[in-house]
Amino acid sequence: MTNVLIAYAEEGAHEVAGLVDGGILAQYAWLIPVVPLVAMFLIVFVGKRLPMKGWELAEASMLFVAVYGVALLVTNASNGISYESSVEIARIGSFVIEWGWVVDGLSIMMYTVVGVVGLAVFTYAKGYMKGDIRFTWFFAAFTMFAGAMLVLVSSANMIQLIVGWELVGLASYLLIGHYWEDHENNAAATKAFLTNKIADVGLFVGVIIIAVTVGSFRFDAILQAVADGDSALAQVAFWAGLALFIGAMGKSAQFPFHVWLPDAMAGPTPVSSLMHAATMVTAGVYLLGRMFPLFQTDGFATDVKAIILVVGAVTLFATGLVALVQDDIKKVLAYSTLSQLGYMTVAMGAGAYTAGLFHLFTHAFFKGLLFLCAGSVIHAVHSNNMSDMGGLRRTMPWTFRTFVIGSLALAGVFPLAGFWSKDEILASVQYDASGSGGTLASAVLVVAIAGAFVTAFYMARAVYLTFFGEYKGHAQPHESPKVMTYPLIGLGALSIVAGFANVPGLYGGFTEWLAARPFVMGDHHFESFNFGLAGIGMAVVLAGIVAGTLLWRRDAATQRDRDRFRIPVLYPLLSHKYYIDDFYMKGVIDPIKGPIARFVDWTNTTIIDAVVNAFGGVARVLSRVVYGGIDQRGIDLAINAIAGGTGEAGEALRRTTTGRMQQYAGALFAGAVLLVLGFLIFT
Amino acid sequence: MTVSQFLVLGALLFSIGIYGVLVRRNAVLVLLSVELMLAAVNINMVVFGADIGDLLLAGQVFALFVITVAAAEVGIGLAIIVLIFRNRSSANVDELDLMRW
Repeated sequence: MTNVLIAYAEEGAHEVAGLVDGGILAQYAWLIPVVPLVAMFLIVFVGKRLPMKGWELAEASMLFVAVYGVALLVTNASNGISYESSVEIARIGSFVIEWGWVVDGLSIMMYTVVGVVGLAVFTYAKGYMKGDIRFTWFFAAFTMFAGAMLVLVSSANMIQLIVGWELVGLASYLLIGHYWEDHENNAAATKAFLTNKIADVGLFVGVIIIAVTVGSFRFDAILQAVADGDSALAQVAFWAGLALFIGAMGKSAQFPFHVWLPDAMAGPTPVSSLMHAATMVTAGVYLLGRMFPLFQTDGFATDVKAIILVVGAVTLFATGLVALVQDDIKKVLAYSTLSQLGYMTVAMGAGAYTAGLFHLFTHAFFKGLLFLCAGSVIHAVHSNNMSDMGGLRRTMPWTFRTFVIGSLALAGVFPLAGFWSKDEILASVQYDASGSGGTLASAVLVVAIAGAFVTAFYMARAVYLTFFGEYKGHAQPHESPKVMTYPLIGLGALSIVAGFANVPGLYGGFTEWLAARPFVMGDHHFESFNFGLAGIGMAVVLAGIVAGTLLWRRDAATQRDRDRFRIPVLYPLLSHKYYIDDFYMKGVIDPIKGPIARFVDWTNTTIIDAVVNAFGGVARVLSRVVYGGIDQRGIDLAINAIAGGTGEAGEALRRTTTGRMQQYAGALFAGAVLLVLGFLIFT
Repeated sequence: MTVSQFLVLGALLFSIGIYGVLVRRNAVLVLLSVELMLAAVNINMVVFGADIGDLLLAGQVFALFVITVAAAEVGIGLAIIVLIFRNRSSANVDELDLMRW
């Protein structure tokens, strides 16, 4: 198997001038998605018999991915890898279904993020899930989750991308519904799955449009068509790009498909952590990044960018505000993820490939960290609600320190990771506003800066309600075991340093990593650091933190009462999440459940059943005729006649078997004589 | 001329053999009649072989084959007849009608 793959790989390898092919490291990169999926099957079949109930297999596969990803990242940082190969699986007409793997700047970045964050989360999950009745099963699904994401990001064609995309959806369904004994968790899992599924229609439509136009599912063929200015593709590019973006909106939870993500908090916290940091919500942004030339090249889907920009801006601001009124700490973080995904989408809409993916990269570390901290707190106080927390900085020092680091990184405080990536996005939007984006981009820039204020504001609130004041819960809080705090410290360290991967004017490493791709990205790279915008951004963030401190750092008794804005219109609007869920329930689901379902049921029982029954009745009459008339009378008669005739003939002829050999011999000679006579007469 | 005389002899021998096979009741005699028929065939073969005069002497060689086969046949046939006689104290072919309907 291996040799065959390698042979194909070398045949189909695709080299680009100026970039190395990565050698053996890239040729064997197909192991990255395969190893976790193999580990999943091993966990399913032998996991329960292992000393650590299958956790060691999951952890080993993540360690492999992390090491491999970092090795690729180092090679890429020094040389710039671009490698791609495909193995043909099936052929339908002129369309070839392939399994392929891409090793370029974008996919290497994703391998690293999934591997490193996955490693931290898997380690942490060992402590968090300890004693769970479906421990082994959880790790099987969790490994599948990471493996599916790696299938997605390693794919060289859209079919494999869809396979990975749907596997991620399936794994998320299984994991969100992990505590399925509770009906609410089932509902959340179903909601996530269905919301994604509706958006997936967009992805399928986009893929079909593009594949039919270009004649290939492969990204290199599609992007080559874009690079060549294929006029057939240019004509459909707007609709194809829009459809792809709708697919991306589902996975990356953009307004109005964002409703599944907060509910997905029903799953165990490590799942939320991995889902928000690396494996699921980044898929949409990754797709936009993978197809970036389609959106960026003039004459293609450039008009979609305005839509992307607006959707991202709406998401980042609207969901950030909702985070302000949530009591569940995981939901605060979930809405903050939505908001940050909005930033990434805005960056993509502003044509800032590097900025968007850089934010994905830094966000993965600090959002993974924040969720793990939240899990640590939940583990200690046995409640998700911040009204049951407070004062935990004394009892959970490491969780407190790392949570603060994560919050500051998320808010974008210099010099933590979020600062650099958020500033890059703001600068990109400003650049776009001065260029093709026009006034729309200027408005989005204002919204993004306001969003930075909101981010700092709600994270300050989360920190103060959780770790300051007096403890109001019932369980005895305690620091989590080392297996949980070490991943926190590791991710905390990464949250501090990850931003230095790309400092305009000083070190542009990240830009170069991502630039290692076979196609020109048409992205703007900043030559120097934008002090003006960064200053505004920092001022806004500090204002948010100060406002949050003033509002929530009060004595504990009144803390909960103060946790209301008392703003007449805004507060109910936010606490009902803009009534979007209610609208979906009353406006979409109820009509389908009610009249439409009843109508379909009526159609089924009265019309379809009648037709089926009529066919059944006719068939019964016909079969009776066939049985009585043809079978019983006609066919049976013939068969009986043949059988009877044979029997009588045998009865008659048996008399000739006398047993006297001289009679036989006489007959033999008589026959010979007859033959000779016949021969003489007839010749 | 000479060939036809030998053929007449062969035909006579063969007819006698057929007669013996069909009419004689003693199994040993039936067997001997079969030998007569084989001898008639051998005469025909040798005569035609000598008449054609081919270099491989096919007729004569096949006569030798027939003699060999006849010897084997008589050996087995007599053994069977001896066993039948011991079991049934009779070698009459009319009474050997075990394999009838």
